[in-house]
Amino acid sequence: MKALSETIVKCENLKKWFPVRLGFFQTIISRRQLFLRAVDGISVDVKKGEIYGLAGESGSGKTTIGRLLLRLLTPTDGKIFFKDKDITFLKDKKMRPLRRQMQIIFQDPYESLNPRMLVRSILEEPLLIQGIGGKQTEELVHKAMEDVQLVPPEEFLLRFPHELSGGQRQRVAVARALVLNPEFVVADEPVSMLDVSIRAEVLNLMIDLVEKYNMAFLYITHDLALARHICDRIAVMYLGKVLEQGSSDDVIEGALHPYTQALVAAVPVPDPSSRRIEVRVKGEIPSPVNPPSGCRFHTRCPAYIGDICREKEPPLVDLGNDHLVACHLYSK
Amino acid sequence: MPLLEVKDLKTYYTTLRGAVKAVDGSSFNVEKAEAMGLAGESGCGKSTIALSILRILPSGGKIVGGNILYKHKDLVSMDEDEVRQDIRWKEIAIIFQGAMNALNPVIKVSDQIVEAITLHDKEAGTREAKERGAKLFELVGVDPSQLDNYPHEFSGGMRQRAMIAMALACNPSLLIADEPSTALDVIVAAQVLKLMKDLKEKFQLAMILITHDLSIIAETCESISVMYAGHIAEYGTVFDVFKEPLHPYTQGLIGAFPDIKAGRTRMTAIEGSPPDLLQPPSGCRFHPRCPYAMDICRKKKPADFNVGKTHTVACWLAGKE
Repeated sequence: MKALSETIVKCENLKKWFPVRLGFFQTIISRRQLFLRAVDGISVDVKKGEIYGLAGESGSGKTTIGRLLLRLLTPTDGKIFFKDKDITFLKDKKMRPLRRQMQIIFQDPYESLNPRMLVRSILEEPLLIQGIGGKQTEELVHKAMEDVQLVPPEEFLLRFPHELSGGQRQRVAVARALVLNPEFVVADEPVSMLDVSIRAEVLNLMIDLVEKYNMAFLYITHDLALARHICDRIAVMYLGKVLEQGSSDDVIEGALHPYTQALVAAVPVPDPSSRRIEVRVKGEIPSPVNPPSGCRFHTRCPAYIGDICREKEPPLVDLGNDHLVACHLYSK
Repeated sequence: MPLLEVKDLKTYYTTLRGAVKAVDGSSFNVEKAEAMGLAGESGCGKSTIALSILRILPSGGKIVGGNILYKHKDLVSMDEDEVRQDIRWKEIAIIFQGAMNALNPVIKVSDQIVEAITLHDKEAGTREAKERGAKLFELVGVDPSQLDNYPHEFSGGMRQRAMIAMALACNPSLLIADEPSTALDVIVAAQVLKLMKDLKEKFQLAMILITHDLSIIAETCESISVMYAGHIAEYGTVFDVFKEPLHPYTQGLIGAFPDIKAGRTRMTAIEGSPPDLLQPPSGCRFHPRCPYAMDICRKKKPADFNVGKTHTVACWLAGKE
């Protein structure tokens, strides 16, 4: 593991509950407002120069965290710090200068780029909004394009997104995030829409950028094998909670939480002589509107140890070497 | 004699800009009770092969050459009524990509299964069909009491299971699964793959598993065909192909795949992107992206060279004229 320096983004006990909208009659009948607890008490910290992976099944709240940390959403409770500055409830106007330092890459490059804008306008827009550039604009755009290996830039600047391949589009999306020279980037499943043979190019690019500019990435994914390859640390999420966190080797090789173990066992490997896929867990992820009591995983847990799992929520405890687990098996 | 023999299949789509050669001379065999994985990136023609075998190509798509021999009968020349009566669903069934969209949202799941059974098995009455539906549900691990639910009341994994139940409704000998686990979460995907493996053993089903995920094929199949731009690049048992991939494209694909057991290594990308099938490259279609491209690769399409008993490679590196 790299020697990590200062924390760039941090959140403490962060919560985001979305009110559930009911039909007209149900609103009248139902007495209490229901909430979808997308994120329910999470603390993470992303350090400079690292790729921090958030892994989990769909509905675990990983995308919501990414958006909260960028303040694209306002949290229900908890605190968010960006470089030690509390930005939890900062007004939009005051957020704007900070946004120069935090950017996002979306999942689908077919939808995240405006089809009517030239690559040049796509890349210039962040500079316009931030009111920087002027004479430098061209230089900054060229630099970002060189960083993502869209070279020579002249060949791509006057093209529309539909004239680019999937991998090139996603590199434009990465360049758009980089043009402001941010310190923190959220990458929300940046390669899941791309073909296998071109995924590696986008991923390797991210690794290089982190090394070159000492940036911090929050990498959101459902693919544990990918997370293991590119992340320094991984947090495994389930129903709005972090169940396990640690260095990617610790979390994947030495998984402690029964859920992480089940996830790892369910990932197929490209080697026919070690057919290992195992189904340890039954059923599917419960609804975050009405999450199970106690440990949220107890309804599906193969290592259920008794009433304590159902009644008491296990705290996230450090078992040494920054390996954190929230499970009663380890917190006696 | 293999159960299914696809010989030099050519399926083209007519578009305003010309013919898209989605499948352009592909051959492979599937033995009885064998699972074959069909791997490739999007747009390489793998789903088109599935649609060609079932003769359910969308308008504009047409089989323009080759044979599909199923139990000695050529499906390409068979007339539509015969395919519908004797082949589709009774002999060959398909699980479509994205179970979310393959079920009709306004019809009860039970009615959809009953329809599948009564359409293809003229003797079965509605009542009997429903009983069979309940048995099928049990088989795929869904509580039969949920048979009368609507698809939206099912979770993603249950919908995929219902689709599998429907595919098995008329006891087919060959099951085609088009990306059966792609839209599902890791754990649910593993559950569905396990189920398919068990059913295959139980009923001695032959299977064609279409996916872009090589590791799923390594986990579940006996043999593999790797497709690139309408051609089969490499075919062999999974042991041959994964242990000793000979086509540069197969090597590239395997290298581009993360292995959860391996530590942090750099994955290798394949330079460039898949070709436009309106104007495919000359000779070997992979040559513009191939690190070993030679002169002959640009000029002449390589034949399928035998490099082992059951291992063929369409690459000039593996054989000479």
